[in-house]
Amino acid sequence: MQPANEKIIRKACLRANNDKARMLDILHEVQDQLQCIDSEAMELIAELIGSYRVEVEGVVTFYAFFSQEPKGAITIRLCDDIIDRHEGFKDLVETAEEFLGIQLGQTTEDGRFSLDSTPCIGMCDQAPAALINYQVFTRLTPSKFRTLLRKLRTESDATKLVTRYGDGNNSHHLIRSMVNNYIRQTDKVLLGKIPKEAGLENALSLAPAAVRAILRDAGLRGRGGAGFPTGKKWEFAAQTAATRRYIICNADEGEPGTFKDRVLLTERAHLLFEGMTIAAHAVGAEHGILYLRAEYRYLHRYLEDILKRRRKRGLLGSNILGKDFHFDIRIQLGAGAYICGEESSLISSCEGRRGEPKNRPPFPVQAGYFGFPTVVNNVETLCCVPRILAEGSRWFCGFGTQQSTGTKLLSVCGDCTQPGTYEVEFGTPLVDVLQNAGSKQASAVNIGGASGQMINRDEFKRRICFEDLPTAGAVITFASHRNILDITSYYMDFFIEESCGYCTPCRVGNVFMQQALDKIRNGLGEPSDLDYLKELGKTIIATSRCGLGHTSPNPVLSTMANFPLVYAAMVKANGVGLQAGFNIQDALDEARIIAKRRSLIYDPAYETGGK
Amino acid sequence: MTTKAKTFTIYVDGEAVQAVPGQTIMDACDEAGGYIPRLCDVEGLVPQGSCRICTVKVNGRTVAACTQPAEPDLQVEHETREIHSYRKDLVRMLFHEGNHLCPICEASGRCELQAMAYRLGISQATKYPYLQPVRPVDASHPDIALDNNRCILCGRCIRASRDVDGKNVFEYIGRGIDKHIGVNGANLAATDADIDDYAMSLDVCPVGCIIRKKEGFFNPVGDRQFDRHPIGWEIESKRIPTTDISGPAGSDQEVKP
Ligand SMILES: Cc1cc2nc3c(=O)[nH]c(=O)nc-3n(C[C@H](O)[C@H](O)[C@H](O)COP(=O)(O)O)c2cc1C
Ligand code: SF4
Ligand code: SF4
Ligand code: SF4
Repeated sequence: MQPANEKIIRKACLRANNDKARMLDILHEVQDQLQCIDSEAMELIAELIGSYRVEVEGVVTFYAFFSQEPKGAITIRLCDDIIDRHEGFKDLVETAEEFLGIQLGQTTEDGRFSLDSTPCIGMCDQAPAALINYQVFTRLTPSKFRTLLRKLRTESDATKLVTRYGDGNNSHHLIRSMVNNYIRQTDKVLLGKIPKEAGLENALSLAPAAVRAILRDAGLRGRGGAGFPTGKKWEFAAQTAATRRYIICNADEGEPGTFKDRVLLTERAHLLFEGMTIAAHAVGAEHGILYLRAEYRYLHRYLEDILKRRRKRGLLGSNILGKDFHFDIRIQLGAGAYICGEESSLISSCEGRRGEPKNRPPFPVQAGYFGFPTVVNNVETLCCVPRILAEGSRWFCGFGTQQSTGTKLLSVCGDCTQPGTYEVEFGTPLVDVLQNAGSKQASAVNIGGASGQMINRDEFKRRICFEDLPTAGAVITFASHRNILDITSYYMDFFIEESCGYCTPCRVGNVFMQQALDKIRNGLGEPSDLDYLKELGKTIIATSRCGLGHTSPNPVLSTMANFPLVYAAMVKANGVGLQAGFNIQDALDEARIIAKRRSLIYDPAYETGGK
Repeated sequence: MTTKAKTFTIYVDGEAVQAVPGQTIMDACDEAGGYIPRLCDVEGLVPQGSCRICTVKVNGRTVAACTQPAEPDLQVEHETREIHSYRKDLVRMLFHEGNHLCPICEASGRCELQAMAYRLGISQATKYPYLQPVRPVDASHPDIALDNNRCILCGRCIRASRDVDGKNVFEYIGRGIDKHIGVNGANLAATDADIDDYAMSLDVCPVGCIIRKKEGFFNPVGDRQFDRHPIGWEIESKRIPTTDISGPAGSDQEVKP
């Protein structure tokens, strides 16, 4: 190994105190500086942090943003979300391939550029988008993209190519991004005007149990998808005897079509950290972690700075607000893995490991981060906390419905004129949201992203809340000219790519689902394929180990249930003794090639001299 | 159990089974001579719940019996038609994921995947496609070969090497359908793997992936481990002392609904 490279690796490890638990930080630094983490690098890292090579390799190969092969000094990752596909992803790929003379997934010979795609980067309201060395570029067109590429031949700092900053804090000197918040509708809980630190002051004047009681009375439920009562979660963590407890904020926001946490991180960072601090007081934690997805790395410096300011102001660190209460937060950067949004995988990832879910029980509130009771909450959930502590649980219950109190942030995108972030009261009918977003012609709406449901017009009257139409945020609208099966296939690809591979049904079953779906898309499906998909989906849901597998058949099952005609139009019934989807000539092709001759029995065209 | 902990009862398909705190559903059933099919779990290693073949239903929820703690009065559904069909699906998935040609495989007859297929009554081709992956064979080591074509990712070798041998020869690499077993070096010969490691013993790899060289096909057909008894027999024989192969787990039997 070159001495310069060795120095870089040693420095990266030292900066992380040669601590194995901080493997992701080390790998990020090495990847950034050396453009790859090769076998020698893995060996050295393992030696320095007291690990072994294959363990480091296991981590490197788990995360999409680490690579054993050298990437370009300029690493381009085009966002390959379904919305980006509809907005010109393919044109951008072609533009880049032509300009750089390489294919998607390759690196130029001079090592200058590499071109990759990546699932949803949380910019669906400004698609098509790309990450260039972690700088976000939005609303790209082939000509804009070509200009960027030309400049990047000599300019290595992608930040300098951002010419116009987005709205709100996106123009802050520590962000300087062209990303827009597109806040289209505000309400009183999160995106309206809010007082500073009032929640924290009130919370610290109360005993932890009293804070938990207020949370419980407010009926706050998790905004990350599952809707678990937050007060109850905190109660469990507080009741588990332990010497340490942890508060983790889940800012992995990997669900395709969801970007509301990005807006909160940009505009409500203080509120978020205030919420984490209240949570720490309520459960007796001294350590917090913000798990930030790597796609939002452009917000990293800004968030670190806010933490620093809070420490300076006595809002974090020792003796917070002069009380006998100590709490601090570190930021853990993810590295490109949707599964790390699942709370136990997220904990594995924070521990510097492969982001695989853990067995439950024990639940994270009993034994989470390094075995200590750990509360994992979504960004939006934690942002609601200071508001409840400031205004009271009764005020909070004044918003929403019986079982879904408060407001909900929605990420609206797709075929609409006003994509962006909407704060609505729980209980708002979907039609109202669609109307405000300018999506009159929507014929299908995805609620909740890849793991959610695809619903048809008849269900647009339903209300957004846990008891009717739950969503972690995604509202993706599709006009009638969109191909439902293509969309479904995209989501299945997403799950295949993002499955951690730990358990059989999710690792293998989703691939089978995709193959059967493809058969139908290609017009080769038969009615029995529909039953096959249903059965297979049922097995995957019932036997998978975590939430990813429990939801991965949803794209297929929900479109089959809500758009049966789309499927009916694509499958052909069998004739007597005839399988409609079976093409004897195709089936024989492989054998023909091997035998170097055509079959006389099954090939009438051969005799007539055709083909 | 060294101290005599308070026992309690769980009900498996309505039948009372005694359990002690700290036991999983599978532990309790094993002890009582009730076999729950499994591939990634084996006695002596920490259960990891990845193959999912031990899926059972508890209070209407499907869970893995190998990791789910037994609790007083649990109602466990085990040999129902629904659970049986899940298990068959999972075993088929494993067959179709890798490249399995039993007639030429060294492990045939003592292979747990093959034996499980027989036990569950899988004897016909299924609708699942064959993925036919291209996977490497590592024959670098003088005494051991790895034929990844047959690996079912059970992780038994990883745990055996790490927890019993204290060596870390194996680890999972990659994710999703590309996940595979990696070794701690350029190839197996470059690791500290030894033929006498527990990880390389016949007890660990359930299939014909970890192969001990120079001792292939050591048992003649008819004399192989599962020629005489179906898989799970050792556990079941605690309850039903029998040498009869057509016992409760003969192949292709219909399960009770
Ligand atoms: C595959 C998968 C991905 C998930 N991704 C996220 C995510 O990106 N953000 C999030 O807050 N929760 C995510 N969750 C839900 C978390 O597991 C967890 O329920 C949530 O963070 C708890 O916070 P809450 O109670 O505040 O919602 C995901 C769950 C699964 C199964
Ligand atoms: S369900 Fe999928 S993501 Fe979850 S543990 Fe199993 S393989 Fe991993
Ligand atoms: S490993 Fe088992 S299932 Fe696979 S080919 Fe060998 S005997 Fe057959
Ligand atoms: S090599 Fe054998 S023991 Fe190891 S994971 Fe594969 S099948 Fe299991």
